[in-house]
Amino acid sequence: MGSTVNAQSRPERLHKWLVSGPPLLYLLVFFAAPVLIMVLASFRNPGDFGGLAPLFTQDETGRHLQLTLDSYGRFFSDALYARLFLKSFFYAAATAVVCLAIAYPLALLIARSPKRHRDIMVLLVILPFWSNFLIRVYAWIIILGPQSVFVRALNGLLGLVGIGPVTLLYTPFAVIVGLVYVHLPFMVLPLYANLEKHDPALLDAAQDLGANAWQRFWRVTFPLSLPGVYAGAALVFIPALGIFAIPDILGGTEGIMIGNVIKQQFLDTRDWPFGSVLSMVLTAVAVGLAGAAAWVARRQRV
Amino acid sequence: MSRRSPWMWAAAFFAYAFLYAPLVIVVAYSFNDSRLNAEWVGFTFDWYDRLFHDEKMLIGARNSLFIGLTASAVSTVLGTMAGFAMYRYKARLLQLLVLAPIAIPEILMGVSLLIFFVLAGVVLGLTSIVLSHIAFCIGFVAIVVRARLAGMDESLTEAARDLGATPWRAFRLVTLPLIMPGVVAGALMAFTLSIDDFVITFFTAGIGASTLPLQIYTMVKISVTPEVNAVSTLLMLLTLALILIATRLAPGVLRAE
Repeated sequence: MGSTVNAQSRPERLHKWLVSGPPLLYLLVFFAAPVLIMVLASFRNPGDFGGLAPLFTQDETGRHLQLTLDSYGRFFSDALYARLFLKSFFYAAATAVVCLAIAYPLALLIARSPKRHRDIMVLLVILPFWSNFLIRVYAWIIILGPQSVFVRALNGLLGLVGIGPVTLLYTPFAVIVGLVYVHLPFMVLPLYANLEKHDPALLDAAQDLGANAWQRFWRVTFPLSLPGVYAGAALVFIPALGIFAIPDILGGTEGIMIGNVIKQQFLDTRDWPFGSVLSMVLTAVAVGLAGAAAWVARRQRV
Repeated sequence: MSRRSPWMWAAAFFAYAFLYAPLVIVVAYSFNDSRLNAEWVGFTFDWYDRLFHDEKMLIGARNSLFIGLTASAVSTVLGTMAGFAMYRYKARLLQLLVLAPIAIPEILMGVSLLIFFVLAGVVLGLTSIVLSHIAFCIGFVAIVVRARLAGMDESLTEAARDLGATPWRAFRLVTLPLIMPGVVAGALMAFTLSIDDFVITFFTAGIGASTLPLQIYTMVKISVTPEVNAVSTLLMLLTLALILIATRLAPGVLRAE
C-alpha cells in the first residue's frame, strides 16, 4: 500500500517542480539574487571611478576579502541623513493624514449608497490611477505653476487682503499635493472595504438610545472603521516614503526626499555601497511598518 | 433610512473633482493653441502633429511597445505557472518570491537590478529593461490567475483526471479554458504595468534605450510644452481601452485586491 502512495506522489512532486520551477528560477535570478547582491554591496568599498571596489585584493600574503562597515558608519554619524529620513517620514505622514481626510467621507458615502451604484463609484476612484504615473504628476505642474489660472486667481485674492503672491510649484507643498493625488485610491479602497461591512442596525440602535449624528459617527462608525484606517494609512505611507519621482518633478531643491538621495548615489555620485545602505534602511523601515500595520490590524479584528 | 448627509455628498464631490480635474486639464490643454498651459487661445491639433514628427518620442513609443509585448508575453506564461503552483501546491518559497516584489519599495528593485546587470556584464538597454519588467509583472499575473483558480469548480479537473486524462491534458483541455479570462486579464495588466513603468525602467535603461515614460520624464524636466499633454492624452486613451477589454473578460479584476 505504502508503495502505491509513493508511486502516486512521485509524479505529483515532479509536476509541482515542472510548474513552479520556471517562475521560481526566474525570480531567484532576477529578484532574489539582485537584492542579495545589493545587501552585500552595502558592506563593500566604493570603486575609484564609482560602482564597487573589487571584493578581493591580492598581495604577497594572499587574497583578502574586502568588507567594511564604513558606509553604515557614515550613515549613522552624519545627522544629515537622519534628518532626511525624518523629513521623508513627515511628508509621508502628512500625505496619509490628508488622504484620510479626503477619502473618509467619500468611502462612507460609497458604502452607504445603494448596492447597484457602489461598483461604479469605486471604479471612478480607481480609474485615474490607471493613467500613467508621470502624467498625473505632470498635471500638477500645470495647476501649481505660476502661469496657471488657479495660482493667479489665488494670488489675486491674497493680494486683496495684503498678502504677497505665493509660489506653489517646486515647494514641499507641491510635493505633498502630488503625493496625496497619486496615493488617494489606496486610502479609499481599504476604508470602503471596511465601512461596507458595518451593520446599519448598530446606528439605528445608537439613535434609539439617543445618540445624535456626530455621536453616532464618533462613538460607533469611526472606532469600527479603525482597521480600515490603519490599512489605508499603511498603503499610503509606505510607498510615499520611498518615492523619488514626485519630489524630483514637483519639489525643487527644497522638497527632496530620501528616494532622491538614493537615486543620486546610484546615478550621479555613483557611490553604490552608500546608496545600498540608504536603500536597505528605507526597505527595513517600510517592511517594519508594514509588519506593524498587519499586526495592529490582526489585533483589532479580535 | 438614508445615512448620507449633505456634507458627505459635498466632500465626495470635492474628492471626485480632485481626482479628475487634473486629468481633464491635461487633456484640454493638449488642444490649446498656445505654448503655455495657461490661457485658452484656440483649438488646434498642432501638438499632436508635432508629436507624430518627434523622432525621440516615436522611438520611445516603439521601444515601450516592444518591451510591453515581450514582457507581458513572458510574464503571462511564468505568472500563470506561478499562480497555478501557488493554488495547487501551496508553494511557500514561490509565494514569497512572487509577492515580495509587489511589497518592497519600487526604488529598491530598480537599484538592485542596476547593480546586478552591471556586475553580470549585461549592457543596460532594451534587454535589461525587458528582464526587469518580467520580474515585477509575474506577481500581478500570478495573483489574478490564482484568484480565478480559486473561483473555479475543482471537480471539473478531477472528472477529467478520473476519465483518464493526463495532468497536462486535463490542464490544457479543462483548466486552461476555464481560467483563460484570468490569464488574458493578467496579460493586459502586465502590458499596462510595463508600458507605464517609470522607476524600474529609469534605473535599468542606462543610456542605451528610451521608453515613452522616460521620454515624458525628460520633457517634463527640461521643457514643459503641450506636446506632453498630447502624448498623455493618447496614453490615457490606450489605457482606457485596455481596461475596458480587461473588465469585459474578467469582471472584478479591477476591484480592490
